[in-house]
Amino acid sequence: MRKSVRGIIGLLIFLCLWQLASQLKLIDPTFVPGPVQVAGRIGQLFGQAEFRVDFVATVLAWLIATLAATAIAVPLGLLLGSLPLLRSATSAVVDLLRPIPSVTLIPLVLVAFGDGAQIKIILATFASIWPILFNVIYGLREVDPLFVDTARAFRTGPLRTALAVRLPYVTPFALTGIRMSAAISLVVIVSTEFLSNSGIGFGSFVVINGEQSGDMPMVFGGVVVAGILGAAVNSLLQGAQHRWCSWVEKCA
Amino acid sequence: MFANSKLRGGMAGGRFTAFIQRWLVFAICVLVWQWGATVTNNVVFPTPLAIVRKAQQLWLDGPPSRLFLGSGINTDILPSIGRLAGGWAIASVAGIVIGIVIGLVPVLADYTGMVLAFMRAVPPVMLVPVFLVLFHIGTPMQLATIVFGSIWPVLLNSVVGARSVDPIKADTARAYRIGRVRWLVSVVLPAASPKIFAGLRINLAFALILMVVSELVGSTDGLGYQITNAKDTFDYKTMWAGIVLVSMLGYVLNRLLVTVENQALAWHHSTRLLEG
Repeated sequence: MRKSVRGIIGLLIFLCLWQLASQLKLIDPTFVPGPVQVAGRIGQLFGQAEFRVDFVATVLAWLIATLAATAIAVPLGLLLGSLPLLRSATSAVVDLLRPIPSVTLIPLVLVAFGDGAQIKIILATFASIWPILFNVIYGLREVDPLFVDTARAFRTGPLRTALAVRLPYVTPFALTGIRMSAAISLVVIVSTEFLSNSGIGFGSFVVINGEQSGDMPMVFGGVVVAGILGAAVNSLLQGAQHRWCSWVEKCA
Repeated sequence: MFANSKLRGGMAGGRFTAFIQRWLVFAICVLVWQWGATVTNNVVFPTPLAIVRKAQQLWLDGPPSRLFLGSGINTDILPSIGRLAGGWAIASVAGIVIGIVIGLVPVLADYTGMVLAFMRAVPPVMLVPVFLVLFHIGTPMQLATIVFGSIWPVLLNSVVGARSVDPIKADTARAYRIGRVRWLVSVVLPAASPKIFAGLRINLAFALILMVVSELVGSTDGLGYQITNAKDTFDYKTMWAGIVLVSMLGYVLNRLLVTVENQALAWHHSTRLLEG
């Protein structure tokens, strides 16, 4: 409990310093408005129906992308992790695909798939497959051989071994991957909205109504809302991991 | 995970088999792409051969005396690499220093925890308009974007790394009255280095992304600018050449970093082998 109290105090100190810097004009307040002004603007934003719709659209796109990445990467990771030959055969393709920065693909996806919500979902899914995939593969390598041998001694079939021995072992690793992916897909979705000017979503709203009219409190309001959303999701998933997967640490 | 080709080579019997295993599927994919693109003949999806030819025209059309490097390198590639390297270096050094300081003082870690969690979650692209008004279009604005966007992974990992010093080592160092500087250099840094390197790799990927972003928005040269410019002028081969080059840049830089990491952390892997 004390730790979180300190965290809040730290946050307040940070906000005070920011306000002070803005008040004393250490940074030009027309460019970097203080937190009080930004907080007021955020309150106004959530009062606007248009903003709320865009905000929900972004959260929905983020949810779809994270679920899609999980649905693709977990089975793929289990497959690649249990078949070493397949893994080494695909390693060059994976190694070359993974470092492609998703934003580089924005122009390509815009041309190929048209303008709309599908673009950000495709890009975010692509970007967030990798952490889950690699964590699942890594988790499979870490499975205690004793468990697998025990299962074999009891003549457990390969499918049951995979589902009842390997999968539970891999779950915490997969959750770590999903947590990383959730953060990445949120960043990619907001960035795509920001860069592609698709007109729908929270990022676009900030560009159109904030940046283009020089409304810096609004831009910072967007930054703060996105940051809070990302941090909240992260701590939520971290909580879930502690609650449901703490048995792994106990086993080890 | 896939980097450990030596081990796999040994398992599969011979380097040659491992090489074939690794690149066969890739080669098939490229051939299928070549065939598919030739058959469909879509302007947006050129064949790999056409992309390579375009890339050669763009960047490798110079005389042999200049190693065939064309003039396109000066406007597209070098500015990008310069910004990437500069931004990554600043973010890494600042991240490691701040991270270790925070990690060494447990109270500081508590106080900064929430602020850091928030900062990390901010999509750096959203701050681009702020950096644009503060620095205007140009390299300082791009450096600011890259540094802000890529400092967090290495900073947070350095915090965790600095806190992971083995208590026995800490006690031993104290018993021998080791000075602060030596304590930092020969106990804390080595203990933190595996985490720091992991952070540096994530940080490099972020820096690459932000290099492209900052060039998409606020630049008149570089690869990101070239890619959007090509898209806007319907020059899809150039766009593809840019995308492929950025990806290759990411691949090569990551490989370099992994090599450095394996050299620097050889002691770490060997002690882990002894323990395991």
